[in-house]
Amino acid sequence: MPNGIRDKVAILGMGCAKFGERWDRDSDQLMLEAYEECIADAGIETSQIDAAWLGSAFESVNIGPSGIPLAMALRLNDIGVTKVENYCASGTESFRGAVYAVASGAADIALAMGVEKLKDTGYGGLPVRSRGVSYDMVNVTGSAPGNFAQLASAYRAEHGVSRDDLKRAMAHVSVKSHANGAKNPKAHLRKEITVDHVLGAPMVAEPLGLFDCCGVSDGAACAIVTTPEIARSLGKTDIVSVKALQVVSSNGWEMQGSGWNGSYFHTTRVAATRAYAEAGVTDPRREIDLLEVHDCFSVTELVTMEDLHISKPGEGWKDVLDGFFDADGTLPCQIDGGLKCFGHPIAASGIRMIYENYLQLLGRAGERQRTELPRLALSHNLGGMPVQNVSSVAIVGRLDA
Amino acid sequence: MTNGILRYGAYIPVARLQRSAIHAANKWFAPGLGGLAKGERSMASWDEDAITMGVEAARDALGPADRSGIRALYLASNTMPFAERQNAVIAKEALNLSDEMMTLDFGGSLRAGVTSLITALSTEAGGGILHLAADLRKAKPGSEAEMTQGDAGAAFLIGDAEDAVAVMVGSTSVSVDFVDHFRGAGTETDFTWESRWIRDEGVRPILQGALKTALSRLDIDPASVDRLLVPTAIRGAPPQIAKALGIGAGAVADTLGAQVGDTGTAHPGLMLADALERAVPGETIVLAAFGSGCDVLVLRTTDRIAIVRPERGVRGWLDRRRVEENYLKYLCFRGHLDMDIGIRGEHQEKQPLSALWRRRKTVLGLVGGRCTKSGTIQFPKTEISVNPNDHAVRTQVDHPLAEVPARIMTYTADSLTVSPNPPQYYGNIEFEGGGRMMAEITDVEGWDLDVGQKLRMVFRVKGVDESRNYTRYFWKAVPV
Repeated sequence: MPNGIRDKVAILGMGCAKFGERWDRDSDQLMLEAYEECIADAGIETSQIDAAWLGSAFESVNIGPSGIPLAMALRLNDIGVTKVENYCASGTESFRGAVYAVASGAADIALAMGVEKLKDTGYGGLPVRSRGVSYDMVNVTGSAPGNFAQLASAYRAEHGVSRDDLKRAMAHVSVKSHANGAKNPKAHLRKEITVDHVLGAPMVAEPLGLFDCCGVSDGAACAIVTTPEIARSLGKTDIVSVKALQVVSSNGWEMQGSGWNGSYFHTTRVAATRAYAEAGVTDPRREIDLLEVHDCFSVTELVTMEDLHISKPGEGWKDVLDGFFDADGTLPCQIDGGLKCFGHPIAASGIRMIYENYLQLLGRAGERQRTELPRLALSHNLGGMPVQNVSSVAIVGRLDA
Repeated sequence: MTNGILRYGAYIPVARLQRSAIHAANKWFAPGLGGLAKGERSMASWDEDAITMGVEAARDALGPADRSGIRALYLASNTMPFAERQNAVIAKEALNLSDEMMTLDFGGSLRAGVTSLITALSTEAGGGILHLAADLRKAKPGSEAEMTQGDAGAAFLIGDAEDAVAVMVGSTSVSVDFVDHFRGAGTETDFTWESRWIRDEGVRPILQGALKTALSRLDIDPASVDRLLVPTAIRGAPPQIAKALGIGAGAVADTLGAQVGDTGTAHPGLMLADALERAVPGETIVLAAFGSGCDVLVLRTTDRIAIVRPERGVRGWLDRRRVEENYLKYLCFRGHLDMDIGIRGEHQEKQPLSALWRRRKTVLGLVGGRCTKSGTIQFPKTEISVNPNDHAVRTQVDHPLAEVPARIMTYTADSLTVSPNPPQYYGNIEFEGGGRMMAEITDVEGWDLDVGQKLRMVFRVKGVDESRNYTRYFWKAVPV
């Protein structure tokens, strides 16, 4: 295995727009909102940025298929801007582009932006779209909740968990994220809910009810990265560095092969194992201080606790019910509200997760700041669906961690 | 050359719309139809049509029998989904039959199902002619036809008399332009004349006359007829005709009106399949179908009638039954109601025809791949094997999966996805012996699905591109 990029790249600044139904904003305005915070945090001029990456997943209802909208929105200084798309993992993909550019030495300072403007479709949920000509002929278009809901049926069968126990654990996931989101001024949803709210909500895709699903939001998030040396030379003393960055894409084994049982994410398991190796983490349940995961649906977060090797297989639901992942628990997950409540402007989400981890590591997370300052924080950004997906794991931490 | 029926089968959709439910909804408008508000009619799901029902009937007839010898496929229907693009050839692809064969569509008259059957029985059959008849009937809301009609398919494999369960004794055809009803090109429902006139001036003289001619020419004593099949929704007509001809009252076959309804082009075949299921060797079966004249077909069963059985048969399909009381659902499925599908429902998948041609076996035949090196079975067939331990390149050969039992690995009932019959059920399914796919699960009502549920694959409508009136087909799973 390659040595990886541990501590080769530092985060110079980050920014995040308020997520939500931003009816009065275009994507260029959302990008600027995130960028203004980010560039101020970085303490540099736009002209110092050598290269930029733009993540956007639903280009056809949004910004179109190039990096030009980012260059125009920020009036970047005649640099290369690359548009990337990898389903809902597009944000981390954008971050990866910028980080690798710096790690390779091709750029001193690089920008990663993720933006999504979804509230121009006229309906709730993700836009319906093709997955390719051949795929569409022999596969099910379905919906995101329908695709992820299937985890629950397989998880129950695999681990002998009753419908009620799993539904209750899933409800706890959402109740916890709503409690966290209520403390986050940038979150889309800021209302606390109860388990009864979750259990009594209309069914979207069995067994996922309305409160088991995150909504979709408008929003943008961005990061400016450089080397630790340059960060120091620019006056940064409190440096957050990238410890690991792993992306794994399904090659069809889950969908067409045999052996996968439908209850977990093969890609996440592989990405997590590689990320821990890259970051030098041997006991993630003890060494990781904070989790931001792709909680598009309550059941996704639940099984991800196992896929990240935090909970033992089949026991994630018990850890959830024990409050292990609550804001005041041993290892908080979605302390900012997660996709569930911070919101899910698709390609902004991966960078939003890193944004929250960055703030927490620096003690800048306001009302929701973890009392004991975290040293290593993990974000997990997922695109596609259980049977066919791209999963990314990013670990960031204090440079000395 | 003498031909006969080698195998036979049928298909009846699982939903049985209660006529009382139709009348309860429509009696404010059509109070006079109360007398018909008894029993039930078969109701095809939104994802069924004449082709899919014909294919199901064919599978019922063929079972595990070798299909490689079949040299022709005829499809009779008055409700073909395509005016151009041959319908029979779609059934041929779904059944994964040889490309080297003749396919032909028959239609235009309700007796087309028998005309084409006589044609098949009168043709050099070679390795076999597969004859299908199916109709998805569409009648105006509030009409008598809506009450009396039903949806079904029937199938017969025609071949050498030596191997037949029933041999053709003979046939007679009468062709006259007696217009009891018509449906102009481009219109969807029939215009029908008064039923008393049809009975007294049409069915009795024309059909009864043709029967008399046939029995006389074939030198058959009417009293020796074991079964008289007269597929008509006109009440009382078959016994009256039998009596007039001297055929025993006990020979008159039930028209399945109480359980299925008149299934149009399919109905003579449905009644014939039903009769064959009940028949013993040596029976004389007389089938007479009315429409722009009349076709009479006389068959005699052989010893093989006791040996060769359909997979489910008419009796089996009648037993596979779900009571449907929702008349509005029927109206929606038949396109009579323009439900609000919302902006999400505007997404329409246009079929790239070039891609369909490249992948026709995959899409229409559910043919997967089997690696000749590792034996790995997968769907769809790909250049590189999915086997993680042996990514062998270009080693896969065709591996048909349509007849392979499957089971549910994961599933959901999705209320967000736009479906004509929400919620849409789908999940990962795994075939016995290997291979898996994400599949829609249909005909789910009444089942409590869970992981491990056994499934059977069925050829169904995947969706309709409304703006081009193009029907896309693919395979789905049904719980069994």
